[in-house]
Amino acid sequence: MAGFDKRVASVQEALDGLQDGMTLIAGGFGLCGIPENLIQEIRRRGTRDLTVVSNNCGVDGFGLGVLLEDRQVRKIIASYVGENALFERQMLDGKLEVELTPQGTLAEKMRAGGAGIPAFYTATGYGTPVAEGKETREFDGRHYVLEPAIRGDFAIVKGWKADWYGNVIYRHTAQNFNPLVATAGRITVVEVEEIVPPGTLPPDQIHTPGIYVDRLLCGRFEKRIEQRTLSA
Amino acid sequence: MTLTREQMARRVARELQDGFYVNLGIGIPTLVANYIPEGMQVMLQSENGLLGMGPFPTEAELDADMINAGKQTVTALPGASIFSSAESFAMIRGGHIDLTVLGAFEVDVQGNIASWMVPGKLIKGMGGSMDLVAGADNIIVTMTHCSKDGQSKLLSECSLPLTGAGCIRRVLTDLAYLEIIDGAFHLKERAPGVSVEEIAEKTAGKLVIPDHVPEMTFA
Repeated sequence: MAGFDKRVASVQEALDGLQDGMTLIAGGFGLCGIPENLIQEIRRRGTRDLTVVSNNCGVDGFGLGVLLEDRQVRKIIASYVGENALFERQMLDGKLEVELTPQGTLAEKMRAGGAGIPAFYTATGYGTPVAEGKETREFDGRHYVLEPAIRGDFAIVKGWKADWYGNVIYRHTAQNFNPLVATAGRITVVEVEEIVPPGTLPPDQIHTPGIYVDRLLCGRFEKRIEQRTLSA
Repeated sequence: MTLTREQMARRVARELQDGFYVNLGIGIPTLVANYIPEGMQVMLQSENGLLGMGPFPTEAELDADMINAGKQTVTALPGASIFSSAESFAMIRGGHIDLTVLGAFEVDVQGNIASWMVPGKLIKGMGGSMDLVAGADNIIVTMTHCSKDGQSKLLSECSLPLTGAGCIRRVLTDLAYLEIIDGAFHLKERAPGVSVEEIAEKTAGKLVIPDHVPEMTFA
């Protein structure tokens, strides 16, 4: 790697240093905008005892769901996990620890983690099981819950286009959590559909500036659709 | 007669105003999009990061990168914007959404709502619902008045884990439209052909009944 060129030669190299017990933050909403190639490589590597932070946990046989098949995940922090039968079984059997987190709080935890803010107050979840055991405080007559930020040992991100320097643009709603995830990794790995030379992407259209990105690779994507709904 | 899902959506649609930014939950709330009055502009927000959501795509428009919060393929209307999840929830938490419509398992006289978890059964997670009820001033809960086994869902105190505390002021059921004021449900409208007595019988929480309860009308 030379200068600001973040490109790596292979998906294996992209995950160099990923070890058992690490915290992995992953972008995506359902199966939309997920780093398919990096997830498959984590499965191949067999890394275990992972704490996975992601809005969802894929479906049976696709997305982060494949990491459940060989029980690679010890704990998941997510907002919605209702799409996955294997997930349900491991959770009910006590083999998978689950920390359900409101979606907006999860996004803000990642944003704060990447922005050097250790915790923040939110009204979300006050008076609910989510606030149990957490510090609360009143501001202007309203109650708020103190929520700690999240950082990951690795962050895995799916972008649309990037230049060699790791400046990333996302496509449509495949953006979702990805730009937040990109800021919150000690090592941030981004896979995209197309890598272009610096100067090709308009600077004012960049979603994730390259300063957040450590490793970049180009992948092929299945882009499986979870709910195929068409107009009549 | 109890209201159909479509009638409930049409009643909620009466609360829409020109220029409203609206978040519609899954189920009956989603149907409200079908009854936006002619000539009125309403922009739908989907919490995965889309403002200006359009109808489902044609086969030619179908795009895996364009989905709504229910993970259904959708389109973006002219004038739409797309943004990150943090930006999306800044809009929601920051009180920028004019109307939020969502379903629930239970609502009580203190304005508490339970909608995400039934202990002992599958726990799917709250998704964005806790942020939505915490952030919005203007929320309408849509649900059936009673559970499938006939138990009232309008209670003195929610029995299920809460989604939000003290945040609900308006409830539309298949029997009635009610407002929550000072620790009681106030009966404002009844479904056509449904008696005040039936509603009173099926409401477990304290119910205030005015002298005249008009029949509901629809958009």
